[in-house]
Amino acid sequence: MGLDRNQIAWRIAQDIADGSYVNLGIGMPELVADFIPEGREIVFHSENGLLGMGPKPPKDQEDPDLMNAGKKPVTLVPGGAYFHHTDSFLMIRGGHLDLCVLGAYQISETGDLANWATNNDKRLPAVGGAMDLAAGTPRVIAMTTHCARDGAPKLLGECTFPLTAAGVVDRVYTDLAVVDVTPDGFVAREIIDGMSLAELQDRTGAPLAAADDLGILKAPALGETAG
Amino acid sequence: MIDKRVTSFEQALAGIEDGSTILASGFGNAGSPIELLEALVDQGARDLTVVSNNAGEGEFGLARLMRAGRVRKIICSYPITSGSVVVDELHAAGKIELEVAPQGTISERMRAAAAGIGGFYTRTSAGTMLGEGKETREFDGRLHVLERPLKGDVALIRAKTGDRWGNLIYNMTARNFGPTMAMAADLTIAQVDETVDAGELDPEAIVTPGIFVDRVLRVPGSR
Repeated sequence: MGLDRNQIAWRIAQDIADGSYVNLGIGMPELVADFIPEGREIVFHSENGLLGMGPKPPKDQEDPDLMNAGKKPVTLVPGGAYFHHTDSFLMIRGGHLDLCVLGAYQISETGDLANWATNNDKRLPAVGGAMDLAAGTPRVIAMTTHCARDGAPKLLGECTFPLTAAGVVDRVYTDLAVVDVTPDGFVAREIIDGMSLAELQDRTGAPLAAADDLGILKAPALGETAG
Repeated sequence: MIDKRVTSFEQALAGIEDGSTILASGFGNAGSPIELLEALVDQGARDLTVVSNNAGEGEFGLARLMRAGRVRKIICSYPITSGSVVVDELHAAGKIELEVAPQGTISERMRAAAAGIGGFYTRTSAGTMLGEGKETREFDGRLHVLERPLKGDVALIRAKTGDRWGNLIYNMTARNFGPTMAMAADLTIAQVDETVDAGELDPEAIVTPGIFVDRVLRVPGSR
């Protein structure tokens, strides 16, 4: 009944202003690039040293020296630039990007983000640039399903997983709702058609208020993309 | 006369001592000095601390050096890549020490070492388990952690072209950590696709000025 991942990506893309400099986290957030409305010029940053990241190239034009942060082949759009790592992270940590879209395991009502580790990881710890992006970017957008596969809410009073950064998330886009993180806690801005605030509250692990102009979260039917 | 170009792996890696801290460029395989890292196995230095964004993949490059038992500790941001089996095995067997830190913090710590900065405060990792045990201070109402410089004894980097004076240019996103690591080590060794005479690189295009580079080795057909 909720949005699929492409539809969440589409919904996020509608809110990214023309001329924005944006970093999309590895994984689901990468889909956002596919749905930028026509006529808007958005400059995508990749932390391994490029601004103006374009879509993936045809197989025969892949170059192992032109990768994104997920180590997948990409292209550079006209006007794009390469730079070294310290400059790239200066852009991130110094707040030069406008926003980033990050995946999330958990988000707290004070904007804490947990997206790099759980409490029972079998794999080695690996943080990459997640903490830099979360701590340094002026506007941090979380993109996630509203609940985990087992139904556990991901929007909580407090995160139980290790934090990526404290008090940084501005807005959460899920399959069920668009929720702002405000000084007064979670405020629903949009909820999918047919779901009440009370029903969304049941799926949310912290008190949820409704925005005065609470709207309906909707997205067009979208075909599967390559993402 | 200055000529930083060397003609063999032996010359390139001469003098690297046991216990050295090695800064190794690359983001995944892009920009990784794979051949220099493999030649370091033959060179023989042991008990190394390696700073690298990732922790090697497959059985080549950094992974081969680790497999040979030469790396005591690795400092990285993301040890998991497809095929990062060697670090998994060695870590599970207690044969390698792993320090995971935020990517930008590793990069900025090296820049601080290069710039003679004794430490800096950053918001990154504040209030997280990677910031635990670090000195903290609040600036403008936000918590920061103190980070210290990270200096290398040796930097092994990969560039596209190097000239006789050690000036370097890079190729696309293979640039990544190269310029910062080149500045942050006492001895910087660059493997390049081609070498040229001084004056042949466009001075406006040089990314790493030769002052930061000690040796340049052409490695034809490198991966």
